[in-house]
Amino acid sequence: MTTTTASVPAGKNRPYSGTGDRLRLWWDAQARPTQWLIGVPFIVFIAFLPVLRIPVLTTVGTDFGGVMAQFGMIALVAIGLNVVVGSAGLLDLGYVGFYAIGAYTVALLTSPDSPWNLTDQWLSQRWAWLFCVPIAIAITAISGLILGSPTLRLRGDYLAIVTLGFGEIVRLLADNLTTITQGGRGLQGVAFPYFGGTDKNPDGVFSAGNSDAPWNSGLWWFWLSIVLIVIVLLVVGNLERSRVGRAWIAIREDEDAAEIMGVPTFKFKLWAFMIGAAIGGLSGALYAGQVQFVVPTNFNVINSMFFLCAVVLGGQGNKLGVILGAFIIVYLPNFFQGRTSLFGIPIDGNDIAGYKYLFFGIALIVLMIFRPQGLFPARQKLLAYSRGLYQAARRAALGGDRATSAAAVLADGPADASSDVPGAGTKDGGDR
Amino acid sequence: MSAVLLHEAVGSVHAAIATDVIDFDSHRLFSNFWALTVEGLSYGAIYALVAVGYTLVYGVLRLINFAHSEIFMLGMFGQYAVLWGMGFLPRGNAYDEGIALTVMYIGIAMLGGMLVSGGAAVGLERVAYRPLRKRGAPSLTFLITAIGASFVLQEFVHFVLPLLTDHKFGGLNAQQPIRLVQETTVFTFFGADVTNVDLVIVVAALVLAFAVDRFVNATKFGRGIRAVAQDPVTATLMGVSRERIIMLTFLVGGLLAGAAATLYTLKIPNAVIYSGGFILGIKAFAAAVLGGIGNLRGALLGGLLLGVMELYGQAYFGPQWRDVVAFVVLVLVLLVRPTGILGESLGRARA
Repeated sequence: MTTTTASVPAGKNRPYSGTGDRLRLWWDAQARPTQWLIGVPFIVFIAFLPVLRIPVLTTVGTDFGGVMAQFGMIALVAIGLNVVVGSAGLLDLGYVGFYAIGAYTVALLTSPDSPWNLTDQWLSQRWAWLFCVPIAIAITAISGLILGSPTLRLRGDYLAIVTLGFGEIVRLLADNLTTITQGGRGLQGVAFPYFGGTDKNPDGVFSAGNSDAPWNSGLWWFWLSIVLIVIVLLVVGNLERSRVGRAWIAIREDEDAAEIMGVPTFKFKLWAFMIGAAIGGLSGALYAGQVQFVVPTNFNVINSMFFLCAVVLGGQGNKLGVILGAFIIVYLPNFFQGRTSLFGIPIDGNDIAGYKYLFFGIALIVLMIFRPQGLFPARQKLLAYSRGLYQAARRAALGGDRATSAAAVLADGPADASSDVPGAGTKDGGDR
Repeated sequence: MSAVLLHEAVGSVHAAIATDVIDFDSHRLFSNFWALTVEGLSYGAIYALVAVGYTLVYGVLRLINFAHSEIFMLGMFGQYAVLWGMGFLPRGNAYDEGIALTVMYIGIAMLGGMLVSGGAAVGLERVAYRPLRKRGAPSLTFLITAIGASFVLQEFVHFVLPLLTDHKFGGLNAQQPIRLVQETTVFTFFGADVTNVDLVIVVAALVLAFAVDRFVNATKFGRGIRAVAQDPVTATLMGVSRERIIMLTFLVGGLLAGAAATLYTLKIPNAVIYSGGFILGIKAFAAAVLGGIGNLRGALLGGLLLGVMELYGQAYFGPQWRDVVAFVVLVLVLLVRPTGILGESLGRARA
């Protein structure tokens, strides 16, 4: 009925006017070294949050380090899912399947319960996890290829349901192939990286047995996931700024138009699917190493919805936004868990934490009505332009009145691409 | 070295799968062929009724109403509450009220389930989808809202309903079963036992399917539904109220889901649980896609086919593979014929 522009909030003619936009414009205008100079201390600060134990922020019921480790894993998942859903606009409801494949690959190759255990043959227990991570990534990428090559020819809605089926099939396989995966009993004793073993912690700091708070295993896994997140963000960021990323956005906005303009849509959709799957597999491998135990019930389809929640909440297409989304969905339930009072007001935190799916469901509905682009929406960027343009825009925004804002400068470019199109999910948003 | 190990590992997989995990028991399939068919048709009839809800909404709105499985689940609770209200309390044995009274009680319970489901479906449309339509949101937004609604309805029954009903209904565990009918064999058919429950399910489903088919294809309201499905703008210009048609579509889908819920609990009395709609909903959606989503008769055909194939697969591969068979069938059909068996259009589904 109405076109997508109807969903664009007021201020359509005033692009880059919100606080977030100012921040973003400022950030984009900085030179690369400056960005690193600001970014690295910030990341270090985040990394040391579980050590600092800031009074109200620190979780009560569960260990803060463990919560942050979980956040790190879900953040990786969200970045991977964001490539598929946010960038390429392919709704994947079975993403937990890739997570499970990654986790099970590591578990099957290193758990003593598994028939394919390599650690009792020639693979040292100390290096087993590290050895298996690339294998897990490769296998999930291949499974993404296997799932994607037939299904990506389907239309969006069908893709959603087929991927949902895929996620369920992976879980059922893990449950039913009892001779290999031990079914519901799960695989125990999964390998983890060995680092910094002492007399007190003979298995090293990554072992689940390391519980000397605040330097416990959760903190170390959190740090490891931060490193991986930064690497993955660099890779994904470069992809987004390249021809691949432009192709993804073209596909998301209008697949037919993209195909006609010469974008090999199927190929790039498959790439998005594979890259997303590989990141999911990496996160699954992290998970398997951290909890040292995999069991099919941890890979229920509801987890897929949970992951999707992180992406949608954070803002589809905005890779930093989805990390914040992951933080929200992991941290908030744990924040309330075990808390009996907040700022002096007595609350029943366990109840609130138990209701998390109810609150997330309500949040999704409300968000979709009032802010469908998410809390930290992606802004359409002029991907083809250089940083110099953003610096010019910044100068104009600082120096000028509203009339000569960034938009005016950007409009000097060849295309009027500066209009404030919400990045998320504008595909086939026309007549419905 | 690792290649050799990997090769050995792959060999051991084949051995393991062939012996323990997957049965490949063709004898079990063929010796029970008719029994499986009867059982499959009775499950398939339930899938078909739920699938109609998906297909009608998809036809009119191009929306996968992901929360429809929860509408079905609410229907199960609705009929359970009505039975409870009529004085049937859960107990180990089935009640024995005589045929006429039992049918009447089931009919009343079914009406209750239908009202709850229908009301919930219309309410869901009001609260969740209508605001989105007003804003002209893209289809991904609708789907995510549907997922959110699915969460909310499940968790409502999980947490809130027990508080509202003094812990009689809802909560973490399944409801204690109320059995009105003892499943007994009525007659045999090529060696297959046809039970009274199977008979009730298939007959009731056929009657409802026929009724909804007539409703969509032969009444003024049905013409409105088909018109909106075919071309919303022109339909509006011709004086069809799109909003009313959408509401009607959700109502019909919800009513059928409620009826299906009652029939399903006849078959599986202890299925009344907050998470009980999810897998069945996915299968019903698969059935709708199988027959050609948006196509009413396709949904009915797809439901029956899926139910039967699932049972055949279960017999051949082993009972734990039942759900896998359903999803694999869905994927294979979509690959071969992406528009389903009977094609997609609700508007043209008159043949």
